[in-house]
Amino acid sequence: MYSLVALGFVLIFKASGVFNFAQGAMVLFAALTFVSLEEHGLPRWGALLATLAIMLGLALVIERVVLRPLVNQPAISLLMATIGLTFCLEGLAQGVWGSVVKGLDLGIPDVPFDVKGILISQFDLFAAAIAGFLVTVLALFFQYTRVGRALRAVADDHQAALSLGIPLQTVWAVVWAAAGAVALVAGLLWGSRLGVQFALSVITLKALPVLILGGFTSIAGAIVGGLLVGASEKLAEVYLGPVLGGGIENWFPYVLALLFLLVRPEGLFGEKHIDRV
Amino acid sequence: MLYREAGQFKTSYRADQRIFPILQDRVGVGALLLVAFVAVPLWGNAYLLSALLIPWLILSLATLGLNLLTGYAGQFSLGTAGFMAVGAFAAYGFQLRAPAIPLVVAFVLSGVCAAAVGMVFGLPSLRIKGMYLAVATLASQFFIEWLLTRVGWFTNNSSSGVINAQPMVIAGLAINTPPRRYLLVLCIVATLALAAKNMVRSRAGRAWMAVRDMDVAAEVIGIPMLRTKLSAFAVSSFYCGVAGALWVFAYVGSVEPQAFDLTRSFQVLTMVIIGGLGSVLGSFLGAGFIVLLPLFLPVVLHAVFGNALRPGLLPNIEQFTFGALIIFFLIVEPLGLARLWQVTKEKLRLWPFPH
Repeated sequence: MYSLVALGFVLIFKASGVFNFAQGAMVLFAALTFVSLEEHGLPRWGALLATLAIMLGLALVIERVVLRPLVNQPAISLLMATIGLTFCLEGLAQGVWGSVVKGLDLGIPDVPFDVKGILISQFDLFAAAIAGFLVTVLALFFQYTRVGRALRAVADDHQAALSLGIPLQTVWAVVWAAAGAVALVAGLLWGSRLGVQFALSVITLKALPVLILGGFTSIAGAIVGGLLVGASEKLAEVYLGPVLGGGIENWFPYVLALLFLLVRPEGLFGEKHIDRV
Repeated sequence: MLYREAGQFKTSYRADQRIFPILQDRVGVGALLLVAFVAVPLWGNAYLLSALLIPWLILSLATLGLNLLTGYAGQFSLGTAGFMAVGAFAAYGFQLRAPAIPLVVAFVLSGVCAAAVGMVFGLPSLRIKGMYLAVATLASQFFIEWLLTRVGWFTNNSSSGVINAQPMVIAGLAINTPPRRYLLVLCIVATLALAAKNMVRSRAGRAWMAVRDMDVAAEVIGIPMLRTKLSAFAVSSFYCGVAGALWVFAYVGSVEPQAFDLTRSFQVLTMVIIGGLGSVLGSFLGAGFIVLLPLFLPVVLHAVFGNALRPGLLPNIEQFTFGALIIFFLIVEPLGLARLWQVTKEKLRLWPFPH
């Protein structure tokens, strides 16, 4: 589940070198839009398509309004711009659709079944399947299509890519649209778990330790990191929680990531970064 | 006409190294301080003092702290509110368990506590930077909030986790009226701002800026990375810690750990960006802007839309405006309000004759 959110982060980071803080807000935005559209009487598939269209439009707007003027700025200003974007999206989503917690039922049965004494939730399996599917599609897309190659070129060096005639704007729009689509899927799955509410965008912050564990540039890393974080925080809660007084789920992934950074800063599957003067 | 530096010759090294080399600046700052120290407490009403100026000054201090770290030393941090919380709860603890310590000393000690915590969480900055560091400081933010909520010792086992600041007494004088609280805050903030202004022109500040501009290059020319980065974290956390202590004691009076959550960190970060990265003046301008925005926004909205707006919409519009402002400033004026002031000064030098 964390992997899905982390995937969105990785996607944008890989393609533009921008660490997209607003991914969490995009998840919230997508889920809220979907639920509200459905409430207004659109059929499920209609709502899905409409939300997808809205996320695409959003990606185009972000590219035009936020990213294009900031080409060639240091990464840190882009990072801050995405923080600003987070506020914008949260404000917008809740302003337009209201901030009431909304239930979301995807119609996937959440009945745990027994496999040799271990309870497995059907819903989680379904989520895992979707995550796996998305990863495969994205990995193929990155590796073999023309746009995918352009994406990787842009991530490597904006200017060099531009001078080779790669349309930076198009590439960025594609990336943000893809991240929007991933956000929609993540939002739907998380939303049906927890209800669609503001807390969604906070939960998605947990994707950050996932990324650190897995490495910022690796899609496989996002999956492994997600599993690690999800499992370790539950295990920590169960085994360490009683000793420390409970509630450690909230910070455990971050501290884990922090410790991990001291040992292996580039993450499990990340690329080693060499500094030059 | 008024803002001319022609004819002001620097005849000694002392004159060359003054904080404000231009006479008009010195007069201006002096007048500003005079107004702040004398006129405002004399004529300002309680609302102006305790609802506007005190939070503004305190948040300016926190912003200044973050600005030293992010703007000067180039280390990105999302843990500001965590360090503020450390300062607040440390000051409370000192007053509670060691009442013999004078209040101001307790504030300083709480700042030192925050600095120590800041250094611990600043350690990863030696190996990582940029967004990785942001995540590391995020860890500090969540961890500190959790620790203060969970461990009863910090809140003196208050069942709701809320601490109530003790009454402030300095040398037998009770600091209980808005003008007195304002003056206390102003004294501390002015002292620390002066210290910051001097610090950034000193060896330490220049080392920070070298690290910010390119840390590998800085290391190559012999700037000790460990000391520079950790000192930036320590000083920044000290400022935030004192700001947190003042927030509890001089402004809100009682506070729970959740008051220093991630939102507060983002708020301070916004102030830094809007005010101007790497500028002492900018910290004050940015904080002022964000403190005033929630006051003016409803008025403006009311004027534009009348009563057509749902009341629940306002916080969302506010949030949206915050975000939009960050983006706007990053695009249009990456150096923030401080840069606008600089431009104004440049223009003033020629005014009213353009040649």
